[in-house]
Amino acid sequence: MSELTFESVTVHYGPRRRGTTAVDRVSLSVPSGTAVGLVGESGSGKSSLARAAVGLIPLSGGRILLDGRPLGALGKSRPLQMVFQDPYSSLDPRMTVGASIAEAIPRGEPRREEVARLLELVDLPAEFAGRYPAQLSGGQRQRVALARALGGRPAVLIADEITSALDVSIQGTVLNLVRRLQEAMRLTMLFISHDLAVVRYVSDTIAVMRGGRIVECGPTTDLLNDPQHPYTRQLLAAAPRRIR
Amino acid sequence: MARVFRSPVGMGAAALLSIVLLLAIFAPLLWGERADAIDTEQILRGVSAQHWAGTDSLGRDIFFRVLVAGRLSVLLALTATAVGVLIGLILGAAPLLIGTRAGRVVTAGVNVAVAFPGLLLALFFAVVFGVGARGAVLAIGLAVAPGFARLVHTLTSTVAERDYVHAARIAGVGRVRVLLRHVLPNVGEPLVVNATVVAGGALLAFAGLSFLGLGVQAPQYDWGRLLGDGLNRIYLHPMAALAPAIAVVIAGLAFSLFGEAAARAIGIRTPHVAHLAPEEVEPVGPGGDAVLAVERLRVSFGEVSPVRDVSLTIRRGEAVGIVGESGSGKSLTALAIACLIEEPGRVGAARLEFLGHDLRASDCRPPVPPKIQQFARQSTCRGGSEAAFAGQIAGSWDGAGSWDRGHRRLLGLGMAMVFQDPMTSLNPVLRIGRQLAEVAEVHQRLRRVDAAELAVQRLDAVHIPEPRRRARQYPHEFSGGMRQRAMIGMGLMGSPALLIADEPTTALDVTVQAQVLRLLEEVRQASGAALLLISHDITVVRQVCDRVLVMYAGRVVEELPVTALDNARHPYTRALLAAVPDLDTDRGQPLAVIPGRPADPAHLPIGCAFAPRCPLADETCATNDPPLMAGVACWHPKGGGGGE
Repeated sequence: MSELTFESVTVHYGPRRRGTTAVDRVSLSVPSGTAVGLVGESGSGKSSLARAAVGLIPLSGGRILLDGRPLGALGKSRPLQMVFQDPYSSLDPRMTVGASIAEAIPRGEPRREEVARLLELVDLPAEFAGRYPAQLSGGQRQRVALARALGGRPAVLIADEITSALDVSIQGTVLNLVRRLQEAMRLTMLFISHDLAVVRYVSDTIAVMRGGRIVECGPTTDLLNDPQHPYTRQLLAAAPRRIR
Repeated sequence: MARVFRSPVGMGAAALLSIVLLLAIFAPLLWGERADAIDTEQILRGVSAQHWAGTDSLGRDIFFRVLVAGRLSVLLALTATAVGVLIGLILGAAPLLIGTRAGRVVTAGVNVAVAFPGLLLALFFAVVFGVGARGAVLAIGLAVAPGFARLVHTLTSTVAERDYVHAARIAGVGRVRVLLRHVLPNVGEPLVVNATVVAGGALLAFAGLSFLGLGVQAPQYDWGRLLGDGLNRIYLHPMAALAPAIAVVIAGLAFSLFGEAAARAIGIRTPHVAHLAPEEVEPVGPGGDAVLAVERLRVSFGEVSPVRDVSLTIRRGEAVGIVGESGSGKSLTALAIACLIEEPGRVGAARLEFLGHDLRASDCRPPVPPKIQQFARQSTCRGGSEAAFAGQIAGSWDGAGSWDRGHRRLLGLGMAMVFQDPMTSLNPVLRIGRQLAEVAEVHQRLRRVDAAELAVQRLDAVHIPEPRRRARQYPHEFSGGMRQRAMIGMGLMGSPALLIADEPTTALDVTVQAQVLRLLEEVRQASGAALLLISHDITVVRQVCDRVLVMYAGRVVEELPVTALDNARHPYTRALLAAVPDLDTDRGQPLAVIPGRPADPAHLPIGCAFAPRCPLADETCATNDPPLMAGVACWHPKGGGGGE
């Protein structure tokens, strides 16, 4: 596992003068073996940051380092893996679960055994390898997506709103799984969500993003108990608390 | 593809196509010699018993020549199609392979080429490549390519944006492999269908080129060539020209019809749903101060009933929440109350009264705008039809039909509805002010100017800054939260007694969500309207409502005051509350979870629908569905006393 660092990363869509700056000189560090939560509203740039990290969109400025080395271009085996929001579009409907997972496994490994091991890791029976995504529920698909991401032996795992398309009764099982895996495998993870309560549950550190910038960043307990930025306070006030 | 054969057209086309293909394969073997047999005694004869279509200038039988010519015609057409499809695939997929910037150049070139008529291109290339079969194949292939490339480009660029393609690229899968494994298989069906149609066109084009003398040269012959030879004598012996013409038409039709039938089979996938008569039960007793009184509401789609025996009463000014997971029937309940269930859905109720009016009295179904016919799945209704729904609720749908004016007025003014997705619930081509004013013009018969003024006032009431300027803007100029406010404002144009909000804040950010919820509360206080709030999020309902109905698998499993939520009696309600993490959840412990998956309305168990996921379930639960008694439908409620 290794450390992921964003150094004044800028992501800009559209022509240089006009267009929009989705991520504006963001610097953030995800230390090895820890889970950093990124919270913010839609349009705050959190997904753009994630997509830039895995190379799906080009950087307009700054750089992204893994253990001090800049990340290469997309296409080569990449030390970062990502789990997407929508479990219904993140698996190829024409490929079996096993084939989807196997695709991410590095060459020269016994694929069948590795697929079975990965499925077991995400609490799915090994015979799921032969099934198609259409036969799976949303929660099960998200587990498969997680297994595929882990199959790539990622140095860093990026989870982009992985529970927001799931029902509340299913969300809990996926969150428990993510937490258990993160702790057991000492995963370095960037966990993105608009839901402060969900981010709080999974992350050791929380970064609050707004308008393309990180407005506040700190250890989970400190940030929630003593928010400095007015926007963080606003988020905290809007998040429901259990009234007892 | 099996669906192709179910329609009569598809079956006919498939039969015709197989005949054409079989003839193309076997005719030259069977009749090749007879077609080439020269008989100088029988030159240029007309139709006879011996020669069904007469003979040509060398005394050869034209009928057999037409049959034999089928192979070359079909073969050349298919080769030309193959050339066109291959070039089209390469050009269309180029942007994926060579990157966006270079791809843009290719796409621009294709777009220019598409603008030229196909036959013109074919003639141009035929001249370039020289007269003859090979030249004609290349010419037609190249003429077909741009159109096909455009189709490939459109289809692949949609699929290329899917997350599974992104995931594969992140996993280090190369571009060519991504194209072959992920993109092409997922666009294969429409491409094959289109190629079939293209083949039909190529067949006609080839006949045309050969007819003009640019295609097949003697001694080879195809249908176009035979047609050209026969045409000189069309007034003497019409069959000599008609026979090959008929062959071209039949073969062309076979390809095109098959392609069309296949396209239709792929494009439309509506499951056939049988109709069921709704259960008719006589109403019981008047409503008292109830705004809405519903008893034993049932919504069915064929054999499946996603809403079963839901009863609820909402009093004036009361805020009632319905909570449930997706597929629990909560949104359908709201739509049924607003009379917005469309064919083939059926609504039945022992009682369905709004402000004392029986909504079942007239056919509780407005005339259906054609674009929202599909209702087989709840998600399809969320798709893009909410603007149409909103229009109906506002009563502006003016199709002629059985829905009488009184009901429209009653629902249009007395009931207001706010949908989940503020992007689709406002008509994108009408100004916000116009959309609001329409309600008052239709129902209150206000003059246009007055209605517009009222709209501005209502926008102001829902805290839209600069309402006069904003009223002149279009929905896309509003943010999500502002659109939701505008929708609430639209509801306030009448004097609603009931405001139904279906997941009004799900698509909004948390900070905006809080504002919209506060607005709903404020509107309720100011206007005295009752509120029916539907949400999957129990914490949202808790903030706003007085009373909660928890739905599972189409039934109300528990009904309780919000203050009693922490002492909920139904195991599902308790599990739902525990499953949602909040800011006080213990991070050291795993979250409480509900095992299993939500019930599927199409395959409900005999007993309690929650039993397969319930820790307390026993034999009674597996065999008997518990009735809703004393606010809870469970055999083993917390605190005892449920069911029997």
